[in-house]
Parts: sequence; C-alpha cells; structure tokens
Amino acid sequence: MRYHTPTTFEDAAQLAARAKGLTRFLAGGTDVLVQMRAGMVQPDDLIDLKKIAGVSEITATDDGGWRIGVAVPGIALGAHEGLCADWPGVVEGMELVGSTQIQGRATLTGNLCNGSPAADSVPGLVAAGASVEITGPDGTRTVPVEDIPVSPGKTALEAGELISAILLPPRGQNAGDAYLRFIPRTEMDIAVVGSAVSLRLDGDTVSDARVALGAVAPTVKLVPEAAEAIIGTTLDESALEALAKAASAACSPIDDKRGTVAFRTEVAGVLTKRAALIAKARAKGDTA
Amino acid sequence: MAKDEFKEFKLVGTRPDRPDGLDKVTGRARYGADISAPGMLWAAVLRSPHAHARIVKIDTSKAEALSGVKAVITRADFPTGLTGEDWNLQENTMAGERALYDGHAVAAVAATSKLRAEEAVRLIEVEYEVLPHVIDVDDAIKPDAPVIREGAADATVPEGMPPNVVRYMEFGRGDVEAGFAEADLVMEKTYKTEATHQGYIEPHACMGQMGADGKGEMWVCTQGQWFIRKMCAAVLGLETSQLRVTPSEIGGGFGGKTTIFMEPLSLALSKKAGGKPVKLVMSRSEVLRATGPTASASMDVKIGMKKDGTITGARAEFRMQGGAFPGSPVDMALYCCFAPYKLENVEHIGYDVLANRPKCAAYRAPGSPMGAFAVESLLDEMCRELDVDPLEMRLKNAVREGDTASYGPKYGSIGLVETLEATKAHPNLSIPLGPNQGRGIAAGYWFNHNGETSVSLAISEDGTAQVSVGTPDIGGSRASIALMTAETLGIPYEDVRVNVVETGALGVNEPTHGSRATFASGKAAVVAAGHAITEMCKRAANEWGIDPEAVEWVDGAAQPAGDNAGKFPPMTIAEIAGKMGSTGGPISGHHESVPEGVGASFGCHVVDVEVDPETGRTTILRYLVVQDAGRAIHPAYVEGQYQGGAAQGIGWALNEAYIYGEDGRLQNSVFLDYRVPVASDLPMIDTVIVEVPNPGHPYGVRGVGETGITPPLPAIANAIQEATGARLCDLPMSPPKVLAAIKAKGG
Repeated sequence: MRYHTPTTFEDAAQLAARAKGLTRFLAGGTDVLVQMRAGMVQPDDLIDLKKIAGVSEITATDDGGWRIGVAVPGIALGAHEGLCADWPGVVEGMELVGSTQIQGRATLTGNLCNGSPAADSVPGLVAAGASVEITGPDGTRTVPVEDIPVSPGKTALEAGELISAILLPPRGQNAGDAYLRFIPRTEMDIAVVGSAVSLRLDGDTVSDARVALGAVAPTVKLVPEAAEAIIGTTLDESALEALAKAASAACSPIDDKRGTVAFRTEVAGVLTKRAALIAKARAKGDTA
Repeated sequence: MAKDEFKEFKLVGTRPDRPDGLDKVTGRARYGADISAPGMLWAAVLRSPHAHARIVKIDTSKAEALSGVKAVITRADFPTGLTGEDWNLQENTMAGERALYDGHAVAAVAATSKLRAEEAVRLIEVEYEVLPHVIDVDDAIKPDAPVIREGAADATVPEGMPPNVVRYMEFGRGDVEAGFAEADLVMEKTYKTEATHQGYIEPHACMGQMGADGKGEMWVCTQGQWFIRKMCAAVLGLETSQLRVTPSEIGGGFGGKTTIFMEPLSLALSKKAGGKPVKLVMSRSEVLRATGPTASASMDVKIGMKKDGTITGARAEFRMQGGAFPGSPVDMALYCCFAPYKLENVEHIGYDVLANRPKCAAYRAPGSPMGAFAVESLLDEMCRELDVDPLEMRLKNAVREGDTASYGPKYGSIGLVETLEATKAHPNLSIPLGPNQGRGIAAGYWFNHNGETSVSLAISEDGTAQVSVGTPDIGGSRASIALMTAETLGIPYEDVRVNVVETGALGVNEPTHGSRATFASGKAAVVAAGHAITEMCKRAANEWGIDPEAVEWVDGAAQPAGDNAGKFPPMTIAEIAGKMGSTGGPISGHHESVPEGVGASFGCHVVDVEVDPETGRTTILRYLVVQDAGRAIHPAYVEGQYQGGAAQGIGWALNEAYIYGEDGRLQNSVFLDYRVPVASDLPMIDTVIVEVPNPGHPYGVRGVGETGITPPLPAIANAIQEATGARLCDLPMSPPKVLAAIKAKGG
C-alpha cells in the first residue's frame, strides 16, 4: 500500500487518476480504516487529504451560505454557533453518527461518500439543498448532494474525482430544518428509517419545503411529492396526513435484519410528520 | 462505610472498594489478550461460511508455504476415537467430516504475526459440498428436516421421534386433566424465544504452549480453569495434570466461559510449531458466530385457574435447540418454569433438538428465562381475564418452606413470600401511569449450585491473610470472600487478599457458575479460616501453657476463655503470626468439599414501559428488581448483579436475537446489529435486597447472580400488553413486531 499526503485537491485528483489499483481517500478514516482493519478493503493507494489547506475549516461564503471542509469532524459542526443556528437539522444528522470518539473524526463528506442509504447526515444535506464541489483531473464542478449516491456503496464520482467541499446555501428568514431517525435503541445504532424536512414559513403557512428520506430506498431520496403536500398549508392535521402518505409512498425499502418493508414504509410517514413539526417550530424561532 | 442491615457483623453487609477496582479503572488489569511470551506466535482460524456442508477436501499447502507460517492444523491433527461429550467438544473445536454451522472452525494457522496468520488462513482452500440446513427449532423437528447427525439421540428418546430430537423428558405429578377440570379458566398458548448471546465485553482469548514431552501451559480468559484443563486434555488426548491452566482477569462470562471453544487449537498449534507459545484472540464476529449463545425455544403452556387466582393445573411442553450438539437447557427451563408456585397437578415435557447453529453454552440461569417468559406471560393474561391482581395471585400460589417444588424436591428455607411482600410495598407500584404506558410484573427462580470447591488460606508473617480460591471473580466474589474471611478472623477487610489461582495450586474446582462462587468458595474460606483460628489458639495455648480448648478467638486475637482458663492478655494475630517460625511453622487453613446447603433465590420484577403507538418502540421508564439474597455480604455487588440481570433480560426481551439468512448464515455478528442495550437505553434500575438468610451458609448467603435475568422477559411482555392491548408471544419484542401487533388488534 502506498500512502500519499498531497497538499492540494488538484494533486490529490492527479494521484487518484494515475493510480492503477484500488484507491481510497482518507479524511476521518472512520469507514476506511475500519474496513482495512476488518480485511474488507486493502487499498493499493491511500490518499490522505488532511494536509490540504482549509479541509478542517467551516467558512461563511459570500452569498451567506457555508463551506464545510472535507475533514471537518462532526464535533466541530456541533460546536459552530453560526452553522447550528442556520442548519440545526444538518448538524443533528451528523451528530447522530457513532459515538463521541467517532464524532471527533467522522466527516460529512465521508458519510456521503460511504454511499450508505442509511447515512444519517445525508438526508439533512439533501433537504437543505446542499451541493458539493468536486475536484477532478480536469477541474472542478458543483453538483447537488442528492446526485452523489447512486446505489448502496456507490457514488457518481468518476475515477480521479473527489469532493473538495460541501456547500450549504444561505438559510434566509423564517426557515427551519430537522432530521429524525428511527433506531430501536437510543444511540450507537444505524438508521432503520431517516427523515429530514427543511421548510420556510410565510406567516403560519409553509411557503417552501424540501423532504428527504434515508434507509427506505437504495439511496437517500429527495421526495418532492412530500414537500408539495405541505407547501401552502399550515401543517394542519390533514396536511400532515398527506405528508405522511406521500413520504410512505416514496419508499421502496428492503426487508432485512434492521427492519421490514411494512415497518420502514409506515415509520417513514410518522417520522416525516414529526420532523416537519420540529422544522416549523424552529422556523418560528424555537431553538429547542 | 455504612453498614446496611446486620448489626451483629462488623464487615459483612458493608460496601468497601473492590480489591480489583484500581487495576480495572486504570487499565492495569491483565485480561486474556494481555498475555504474551517470548517467541510467541499468533493464531488465526478458518471458519465455515456454510450452515451445513460436507468437507470434501482441505488444501493447506499454500498457507504452509507462506513465509512466517509455523503450523497449520486441521481435524487430522487431533486424536480419534472420542465419544460422548468429549467427541462433541472436539467436533465443535474443529469440524471433522462436516461443517455443522456458519462459523464452525475448519482449519487453524500459527504464524509470526497476526496479519501473517490471517493472510495464511485466506490461502487455505476448502472444497465444500453444501448440504440442506435447518435453523428454527420447530423446523428441525419436522419429519423432512435435514438430519444433523444420525444416531445422536440418547436412550431417553422414544422410538419414532424425529431424528433431530436427541433427548426427551417427561415428569410431573398429580392429574393435570383433573386440575384443568377444576379450573374456572383454562388457557393455552405457544411462545417462542430467539437465541441470545451473553455479550461479554471481552472476547475469548488464550495463549497455549505445548511441548513434545506432553507438558503444557495455558493462560486463558475463563470462568473455570479446571474445566479448561479437563476439556483440553480430553480433546487433545493429554494427561490432565501435565497441563497447567492460569486464568486471566475476566471481562464478563455469564456462563459462556465455562467451556472450551478455541483453546485446544492454541495447544495443538503450539505442539506442531515446536512448543512455541501460541496466542489466539477471537474477534467479536467469531464470538457471535462460533461461541455458545443460549438456546432458542418454542414452548406450549396450558394452565388452569380458579376465579380467586388459585392455580389448579399446569402443563409445559418445551422444545429447545442448542445448536448442532445435544445440551440445550430444556431440562432447566422445565424445572424452573413453575417453581414459584404450589402445584398439585403439573406435567412437564421436553425435547432437546439439534439445528445448524453454534453449540450453546450456559447463559445466566440457563433455560429459566425462556420458561418464565411462557409461564409468567400466560399467568398475567389469565389474571387480566379473571380480574385478579397479578401480585396477589402470585402470593396466593407462592411456595413456602417445606412445600414440594413443581420439579420434585422439597424446599428448604426460601424467601418468595417475603420477596412478593416487599414488591407490594415498593413505592414504584403506586406511581400513576400516563397514556401508552403500562406496568408489568413477573416472578423468577434459580436453584443456585454448589460444585467441587477447594480453598486454601494462609496467615502471613505480619498477621494478614491470603486466600487462594479456584473460582474466577466475575461478579465481585473476591470482595465478598475477603469480607467473610476478615469477619471470621476478626481483622480488617484490607488485611485479606483473595487470589484466583491456577490449576497447580489447589484441588479441582468447578467454574464460577450456578451463582456458586460467593456461596461455595466463601463457605470454604470461612471453614479454612476456622482451621487457622484453631491453630492460632493452639499456638497461644502452648505459649501460655494452658489447654487449647481453654482459648477463644475474639476480635482478631486469642484470649483465655474466661477467668478459670488463666489470666493472660489477648495475643493478636500479628503477634502469633510474627513468631510462627519458632512455634510450629506456617499457619494455614484448607477446606475442600461439595458444600451442602445451597439456598435457592426467588425474584420479582416490576417494569413500567411506554410504547410509541406509531412506531412500536418501547421505552423502559422504570424498573424494579426485588430478590432474596439470603444475606448480602457486599450489598453493592448484590445490587449490581440484580441490575445486570435485568439489563441483559431487557435486551433479550426487546431487541437481541440471532438473525439468520435463508442461507443459514448469521447476519448480525457485530454489536451494531446484535443489539444489546446501550447505557442510555436503561433507567437506573431500582433494587430491593430481601434477606431471608440461608441456614446452609455461615453468613446466610444465597447465590444472586442468575435469578435476575429470569423475570424481565415476561415482565416486559406484560407491561407492553397493558400499554398497548397487544400481547406478544414471540421474542424479541422489537419495534416492527410491536407495531404489527398493535395494528393487528386495530389499535
């Protein structure tokens, strides 16, 4: 195995593009190192990104959004007041990943690139309308987060490409987001269902919304039908029922050791209702 | 250091720091994997990926050719001709003609590093012929089920039973049909429980060394070093006394470390590698796939009850699979399931069944939790039906001293009634419940055990004492034995050091199992201390020139027994010990026996749950354990045992289960998906120590380690019914199952 420490994303992309065998990028390492220890993955080239300037920083962008470096660990998101104020749903999704120890290492970008449909930080990013900056051997491009995962464990990144930052849009006024997951325990578990809602209010009426679901399809899924079910409503009982129904209808889960098709489909609706109510409360200024 | 109850004792009943505490919290304690030796090799094991397969060919040549590989073994390296349980142990250690479960060892390697050993394992080529498999106990007794092993049934199995039934039992008394006829309500239901693993934090680990001269040593994480010695010797054809086994500190066992799984492999590899020590440490996945969980069960229970709650008849028919070998605890489950109740008419039928799963091992009150789940669930439903208070029903039918147990023997001193009364008086029972909340009650039982016990005590030159015991400390037994020894000798707790010793240091000891360590080793230590006291009185008498019978031992000193004996100032233990070299030599005490007087322990649990009606998720709001300890020597450890049993029972009830795919492979062999409760899942578990002293022990001890896991399964099922109206008869009561049950009843 060759271990590389490039100092620019361009160099990292060139290294990856030239590599012949199995290549892995290393930031927090909470997936890659564990897979290596378990004998699941034995990379020929391991490209450590932590020597690249800015990878551990969260910076405000000119348009009022946020740029999150690829090695920023979960614990740094939770400690960032501005980010927590703007995107509490994104932060709480990331904070659900692993234990305190894992939180000191694990990153949003890593969670996204692991390609798991159950990734806890991804539905919040999708609901937020986040995008990623991708650096490849031929330059950079920006794509929505929901376009990155293509199937369990697989991403849309081409050979030699890597994510160089996550970009959150400006939050704006009267808006809130929330992420809820279902696990049988209280922590240290993997989502059986995840649901994120981001919305904006005009008075008491939802003027804009995005809904994303996790662990109920081969990839984290943006569900426009669910958003449409609440846009123009005050999240009254019938709107919530319509929301739950639309969320459940968007599910195409599998039966496995973690949950059944019927359970996941049902609970996706339940969690989406609950997440919408939390997002609404946050949009109205409730910081709880 | 507050004393809890017993004013007549200075130390028994206090809560001093545990002697192993500092080592454990500073990371200094040496567990199984912490042992190394010069020239040590590392072992790795190749395991079957199939639930059931004929091993056609094993080619180890590529592994042997790899640099750094010092030995490769297969079943061909083991002696042949074993029978009975010795054969079972050997076959489970390393597959012979067939792999019998996913994870069954097929070959093993010793190499100069762990990575090299693992690499070599991947180079071993095994040709398998995959055979049909069976996982579920009810499937395994179907007439067309794949046969795990022809001729495995013992003489108890009547002609014509399905081939996977290997042991059969029926026993009881009275006339159950007449009992049912007397009843106002007769109910009958079927219950199922899945296999669960003990989930000890420390994976199995050992280092074995075996020379060409047949002399060997082993350092191992175990509950019983003599069992390791006996079983390794049997599997490898060694002379027992030529193998010396030293137990490490132990990170949990719960019964799962009372037998062997991979230990003989390290010895066999060592021998083949020219006597170099070989270390073998299991991964968590190996622990879950290839060590012994408890059995899974399918159980029919029928009970008759009068309107006033009197039980008139009871029948249990239990089927349990304990893996691909005989030995499920179906007998224990039957003995325990009706044990709290006074029954005239009772019938028990049991089937021990083979399936393509790992060989089961003991798990905390083996069998009793399953039986309790079935019986205590049905009793609760009957109380609801007849509008009888479940605690009053249990009091009405409770066994007392002198009653004949459901399974035959006559009870000595027992504390079930006291336990139920203490439960009734607890404030938790009057806390009001909100919507979607429910309260459940259940009782439970474990016999407790004695076993071969050998203990030595030696007085040191400064008047302190060391106690050598053969029972590894898994639950605070060193602290309890030190307290009892110090109390007996009349010296401070800190002046007694209790050591768990290797097989060369004492006579044969059974493992720490059956909640016996504090009872049996404790009792032997007290007797041994008595011998030392007798000797010390004799030394004082000699010096004073009086009759040894005229000397008594008070507060750590010899003194004349009354004025007639003579007038001498007390001679302290330190004074006597200080001159033992010139007064007759070392002063010690020793005792060995299979101690009589085991005291059984009953418990009663009360749990409050809240069930999310939209997701089926159960939250434990409140949990109360009430149990008879006989006498709590170190109450903090007794409480810890109660809480630990409840925590494991809660896990078993709600989420833990072995999940197999259609291919018979275990799908959840890591803690991410084998869901033991995490700390934040549980409330602080309330405890009440009931003390009805056991007359069979000098300080009244009953074993307390096991009863606590018995009531949680039914208590939680009973609480979920009250919270939701839905009755679950199939464990685990995971959210998908609870939600489906709520929906099925139209809730």
